Order: sequence, then C-alpha cells, then structure tokens
Amino acid sequence: MTQVPDDLLYTEKHEWVRVQDDVATIGITDYAQDQLGDIVYVELPEAGSKVAQMEAFGTIEAVKAVSDLYSPVSGEVIEVNEALRDDPTSIKSSPYGEGWMIKVKMSNQDELATLLQPDKYRELVGG
Amino acid sequence: MEPKRTPLFERHVKAGARIVTFAGFLMPIEFTGIVEEHLSVRNSVGIFDVSHMGEISISGEGALDYVNRLTTNDASKLDVCQAQYSTMLNNSGGIIDDLLVYRRRFDYLLVVNAANTEKDFAWIYENRPSGVRVENQSEATGQVALQGPRAVEIMVRTCDGNVADLGSFRSMVASIGGVSCLVSRTGYTGEDGFEIYADADRIGLIWDTLMETKPLPKPCGLGARDTLRLEAGMRLHGADIDETTTPLEAGLGWVVKFDKGDFFGKQALLEQKAKGLQRKLIGLKSFSKRFPRRGYRVVVDGKEVGRVTSGGFSPSLECGIAFAYVDKEFAKEGTDFKIDVRGHLIDATMVKGPFYKRRRD
Repeated sequence: MTQVPDDLLYTEKHEWVRVQDDVATIGITDYAQDQLGDIVYVELPEAGSKVAQMEAFGTIEAVKAVSDLYSPVSGEVIEVNEALRDDPTSIKSSPYGEGWMIKVKMSNQDELATLLQPDKYRELVGG
Repeated sequence: MEPKRTPLFERHVKAGARIVTFAGFLMPIEFTGIVEEHLSVRNSVGIFDVSHMGEISISGEGALDYVNRLTTNDASKLDVCQAQYSTMLNNSGGIIDDLLVYRRRFDYLLVVNAANTEKDFAWIYENRPSGVRVENQSEATGQVALQGPRAVEIMVRTCDGNVADLGSFRSMVASIGGVSCLVSRTGYTGEDGFEIYADADRIGLIWDTLMETKPLPKPCGLGARDTLRLEAGMRLHGADIDETTTPLEAGLGWVVKFDKGDFFGKQALLEQKAKGLQRKLIGLKSFSKRFPRRGYRVVVDGKEVGRVTSGGFSPSLECGIAFAYVDKEFAKEGTDFKIDVRGHLIDATMVKGPFYKRRRD
C-alpha cells in the first residue's frame, strides 16, 4: 500500500512538502517512486537558486523514462540533499525521509493553500 | 477496444507485476524492477511471457515461393525446423514488420510483432497466390521465452528432447511437463535461450513447470525485454524501423538477399542502393548521467543530423545507449556527435555492432 503521511502537503505531480516555519522540505511521494521504477540519477538545483511554484526544479532519470520535478512552492533553495547526486537509492527506500530533495525558503506562504491535503492526495493515487 | 489478455495474465497479476497496455494486450512491464530482471537474464536466467506475439502459418503448394516473395531473407536456405530473422517490406521498400520465419514440416510459421499482427495478416492474406493457405494462429498460440546463460539447465531438466544440442536458430518439437510444444533456440535478449510455442490453453502448464525448476528463472517484463534487446543491438519495429525506413537504412542489409528472385520492395531497394543511402541507423554510446531517449536530436557541429529512435540507460554497461538515424555522411566512427537531452548537449560516440556481446565459451 502506498504511503501518504498525514503531516505533509502534496502536488498533483506527486511531490510532497513538509513545512516548518517558512522553510519547505520537498521530495517525491511513495507513489511516485513506485511508479518510476529503477531510478538511476537525479538532477537537482544548486543552493541559492530560485524556484517558482509548479516549475521544474530538477529531473529524475529512471530506467523507464525521464521525469521533471516540480516545486510545490516558490522561493530560494537553501539546502540540497547532496547525497542523492551520487546515490539516489534513498528516494526509493525512504521517499519521505532520507530521500528528501531540496529545502526552500518560501517567498509566498499563501501558495500552500493551493496544495493537496493528504486525503485529497490519497484519493488521487487511489490509496 | 478492450485490451486482450494473454493466457498467463492472471499469473502475472498474482505475482504482483505492474501491468500496462502494450500493442492491445495487458502485459507485465516489470515484476520486481527492470534492472534486477535485466541482470538476471545476463547472469542467470529469466522468463518472459511473449504470448502477445503473432503467429501466421503459410502452407500449401507454393508456400516457399510465397514466403520468399513476402520476406527479404532467403527461406529456401532453411532446413526443416530451422528459423531465420527476416523483414517483410511494402512495395516502396518500407518495413511492414520484422519477423522470424520457421520452416516446419508442413508449413512456414511467421512470428511477427504483436502490434502488427492484424496488419501483417491482412497483407499476407491479400497477396496470397491460389493454392497457398494463410492462417492467423496468434490467438491459439502461447509463447514463453526462457533467456540467459542458465536457461539450458532448466530446459535439460524439463524438456523431453535433446535441447542441449539444439543449435542456434534451430527448433524441435518436444514436450515440457507433458505439454507438446515447439522449442526454438532463439531470443530477443542477446543471450543464449529458448522460445517455446504451445497451445494458448496449455502454455500456463509450461510456464508453471519452468518456474518451479532450478535454477529458478526470474519473471521479467517488457521493460527488461526492451533494455536487453537494445543492448544486444536488436531493432524494435515501431521505434527503430517502420514502413518509412528500409532494411538498408536500418543496417539490416544482411537479411536482404537480392539474388534469390523477386520479392516485395526489391525494386525500391535496388533503386535506393543505386542512388545511395541518405541516412543510416547507428548506435551511440554516451557517458553522461542524462540519458538519450527516443525523439532527442542528434547534433554535429551545432546542426541537427538525425534523431534518436530508441535510447536509455544500459544496465549492463551502466551508460547511455541509443539508436539514431543520421545523415549518411556523418555515420562513421570518430564523428563528434552530441545528443540534445532537453537542452543539454551530451557527448556521444558511434558504436559499431551490438553494445553488448555475450561471452561465448
């Protein structure tokens, strides 16, 4: 069964956000990692770069296909999970933990209201 | 149209396979993961349900002449129970399909791509000369592929015939677990292996027998089938070849026998040969972590010279591999190719022959 933790917000493109004050930690959902299959490489932005809501901040190369990663919120990337650049396997083994991708200092917290609540996301993925 | 199910569909669902619709069939794309399945075939043995493939029988007086008119390879060279790889062309030399042609005791069996079965059958049926019987046996036939260096061990334990000595592209009538079948030493992975044809309603018994026999084969889906065939340099119809490409452009000239008499598309190929090819299918290898994919532009000196037709990550070589059609003048080793991966130009080198070659002892 695909995991959808209750304390996160979600996008329709299968990213999650954990909000702490004005910092959003972002990754992809358990459902997304399962759908992607084997992940070979993840391309992430550098700390200091700007991201905009629902614009691509990186890509995931899976054996099956390549997919864009969409930022659930706008702001500045303040931290990147550098470990993923060499070894992306934790995206699969721990999508909500060690597999987190970037931390963004949000520029507009109103955007959070546009994201999916866990119940809505569960509906989307048939969970 | 409602997608079809192979006779093994319920087994795949029970095994937890991820199912997709492919060529009108509900097929497993992966069971436990493409890389794991891929490497099992390279290092040990994997089993595939390929019951979606089409089987068309051609028999009667004049069957051989007709097969030789339909296909580009020379079927008159086949012994009984021998198979050959071939292409079937339209009158412009475009590839309607690529296929295996088996000579059986009483007929020729054409094994075609699932997506093309109906189209192929229509073409073969329409053009048949009188006295030749054409029969679509696809629905009544199930097919399993057992592939990998250890496939022969399973076959020796389960098959009543002398499969160990079966030569490459040879087949035999045999039985596995009491089910009679056609066993063929062929495959689409670049490894040693077997393709097994049986009645659709009994192929499940063969699957079960093989699955229970040591060294237990790993069930593999279409995902691994695709990465394996690409590494082995095998073309995929609908991607690398189609009705707008000829076997000469696709590097399949070795299955075109101009000296055997007339065949559909021959005139067009002779004209193309006389004029010279405009483009060629080549293999490209890249060491970027961004992988070449179908549709990406191939660039030389800043100019587009072709497009990738198949591409991705090679689990055995751990790099990017691709097929691409490029303008003939650039189709040589040493050309400084780039592939445009979503705006990033990655370096690529041309590779002659298959990306992966198995060790033969």
